[in-house]
Amino acid sequence: MAEVLVLVDHLEGAVRKPTLELLTLARRLGDPVAVHLGPGAESAAATLGEHGATRVLAADAPEFADYLVAPKVDALQAAVEAVSPAVVLVSSSPEGKEIAARLALRTESGLLTDAVDIAAGDEGPVVSQSVFAAAYTTTSRVTQGTPVITVKPNAVTPEPAQAAGTVEELSVSFGPLATGTQVVSRTPRESTGRPELTEAAIVVSGGRGVNGAENFALIEALADSLGGAVGASRAAVDAGWYPHSHQVGQTGKTVSPQLYVAAGISGAIQHRAGMQTSKTIVAINKDSDAPIFELVDYGIVGDLFDVVPALTEQVNTRKG
Amino acid sequence: MSLKIVVCVKYVPDATGDRGFTEDLTTDRESEGLLSELDEYAVEQALRIAEDADDAEVTVVTAGPEDANDALRKALSMGADKAVHIEDEDIVGSDVFATSLVLAKAVEHVGYDLVVCGMASTDGAMGVLPALLAERLQVPQVTLLSEVSVAEGKVTGRRDGDAATERLQAALPAVVSVTDQSGEARYPSFKGIMAAKKKPVESLDLEDLDIETEQVGPEGSRTKVESATPRPARTAGEVVTDEGDGAEKLAAFLAERKFV
Ligand SMILES: Cc1cc2nc3c(=O)[nH]c(=O)nc-3n(C[C@H](O)[C@H](O)[C@H](O)COP(=O)(O)OP(=O)(O)OC[C@H]3O[C@@H](n4cnc5c(N)ncnc54)[C@H](O)[C@@H]3O)c2cc1C
Ligand SMILES: Nc1ncnc2c1ncn2[C@@H]1O[C@H](COP(=O)(O)O)[C@@H](O)[C@H]1O
Repeated sequence: MAEVLVLVDHLEGAVRKPTLELLTLARRLGDPVAVHLGPGAESAAATLGEHGATRVLAADAPEFADYLVAPKVDALQAAVEAVSPAVVLVSSSPEGKEIAARLALRTESGLLTDAVDIAAGDEGPVVSQSVFAAAYTTTSRVTQGTPVITVKPNAVTPEPAQAAGTVEELSVSFGPLATGTQVVSRTPRESTGRPELTEAAIVVSGGRGVNGAENFALIEALADSLGGAVGASRAAVDAGWYPHSHQVGQTGKTVSPQLYVAAGISGAIQHRAGMQTSKTIVAINKDSDAPIFELVDYGIVGDLFDVVPALTEQVNTRKG
Repeated sequence: MSLKIVVCVKYVPDATGDRGFTEDLTTDRESEGLLSELDEYAVEQALRIAEDADDAEVTVVTAGPEDANDALRKALSMGADKAVHIEDEDIVGSDVFATSLVLAKAVEHVGYDLVVCGMASTDGAMGVLPALLAERLQVPQVTLLSEVSVAEGKVTGRRDGDAATERLQAALPAVVSVTDQSGEARYPSFKGIMAAKKKPVESLDLEDLDIETEQVGPEGSRTKVESATPRPARTAGEVVTDEGDGAEKLAAFLAERKFV
C-alpha cells in the first residue's frame, strides 16, 4: 500500500492534537508514516503508533530550533526522497503552511492549503476547502507531483488505530539556506490551563462589547464552566483587552469548534472568516441588527453583563 | 550605501463586496478592487525602514490586471519612490507557484536588499507567497513579523508564533512579511497624492522577465478546482430577546445540544 507522510507537530515530543487528525485522514489514503523533527521522538512514537503510524522517521538536530522553517524543509524533503510517498500532510499552522509550500516548490508538486476534508479519489486525493470567508466550499486536486496538503485543525475527530510506530533514523543534510534565519530568542507562551484555541471543542469569544480588560474575566468564567478556550475579536485585541494570540478571524486564528459563543461581537466579515465553519454558533449582543445573528443557531438580544454571568451560573448548576 | 527595498503589493477585490467564481472556477475579479489592506502594512514598514536608513529607495511591485495600477498609485501616494507593474494576459489564472516565479523575476529585475510582503492576500489568503519568494531567490525568509527593523546589513524582527514569540535575525538580502500588528499604515497626504502622479511606473510583461507562457497561468498551475459550491445558508436559528430569562433559555439550548 502507498505510504502517506505526516509531519508531526509537537512540543518536545508531546504530540499536538492536529497531528492525530492528520494520521486519521492519512489512513484514508494509505499507510501513515510520521516525520518527527527535534527531540522527543521516542516518547512521541507511542502516541503516533496508537493513531496508525507504521513508522516514525526521526531526526534531531539543533538547527530545527535555532533557525526558522528552512531546516525542516530540508528534513521533510529528505523524508520524501527516502519514502516516495503518495501524499504529504502537514498541519495548517503558519509554520506548517510555509514548510509545505517550500517543499512543494522543491519537489515540483502541487500544494493545497487549509483543507477541511480529504477523500481518496481515482486520480489522487480530493481536497475540500472553505473559501471566501467560508461562503464557498470547493473541491480540488493536485495535478502535478506528490500532493502536499495542509489541513486545518478539527477537520476530523482523531481515531485510534494501533500500528507499529517503529522509530527509524532519518538522515538529513542541511542546505545553505537552512541557517539563513536565526532564532535569536524564544519566549514560550504561558499556558493558560485552558484548551488550545484552534483545537478546542468549545470557544467563547468576547468583543468590543466586553468593554475593558478586567471584564474579560466574565468571558473566561463562561469558558471555564464549559471547558472551552477563550477567543477575542480584533477590536478587543486592538484595545489591549486580550492578547493577540487569542484573536479569531482573518488575521488571527481560524477556529472550527463544536460550539462557538460570541459575546459583544458584531460579526464583521473578517471575524466571520475565522469562525464561520463552527458547528453550532451562539451569540449574545444587545443590538438585534448585529450581523452575527445571521449566523447563529441560537441568539440572545441582551446585555452581555446580564446574560454571560447568569449563563455561567446556569451551566455550573446544571453540571451539579 | 543605499538600501534597495522592494514591496510586493496585490490588487484585490473589495472584501466587503460579494465574492465568487467565474465560469472557469477562477476568482471573479470583475468587481471593484483596491490595494490589499494587509499590504498597506508592508508599504508602511518599508517606508519606516527607508526613513531610518541613510539612503534608501522603495519600489512597489504588483502582478495583476490593468486596474492593479490603482494599488501602485496608492502605495506611491503613501511615499514609495517608484513602481513596477507586471501585466500579461497569460498570467491570469496563475497559482501561487507561478505568481512567486513572476514576482521573483521582477524583484531580481529591480534589484533588492530587502523584499517586504504582506502577511497574506485578503482574497487568496494562503499566506505562503513570501516563503516561496525566499525559496526562489535563495535568501532567508523572515516572515510574519509584528515588529521589524534593519541595521548594519541585518534585518531583525519579532514573530508571534503558535507556541512562542521568537526574535529573528537574518543578513540581507532577505524576504520579510509583516502582520497587521506591525503598526498602522499612514494615510496618503494631499501632497503625496499629487507627487505620486509624477512618479515612474515601469510596465513589464512575461517576455521582459524571460518567463515562458507555459510556466504561468492555468498551464503552469499544479492544482485544479473541480467544484465550487456556495455554502448552504445557515438555517436561521432562534433569536430571542432577553427578558431576564435569556441565560436560562440559552442554557437549555446548550443542554439540548449536549454541551452541558
Ligand atoms: C484586513 C483586516 C483584517 C481584520 N482581521 C480581523 C480578525 O482577524 N478578527 C476580527 O475579529 N476582526 C478583524 N478585523 C476587524 C473587523 O473588521 C471588525 O472591526 C471587528 O471584528 C469588530 O470587532 P467587534 O465585533 O468586537 O466590535 P464591534 O464591531 O464594535 O461590535 C461590538 C458589538 O458588541 C455589541 N455590544 C456592545 N456592548 C454590549 C453589551 N453590553 N452586551 C452585548 N453586546 C454588546 C454591539 O452591539 C456590537 O454589535 C479585520 C479588519 C481588517 C480591515
Ligand atoms: N499578484 C501579486 N502581486 C504582488 N504581490 C503579491 C501578489 N500576490 C501576493 N503578493 C504578496 O504576497 C503576500 C502574501 O500573499 P498570499 O500568499 O497570496 O496570501 C501579499 O501580502 C503580497 O505582499
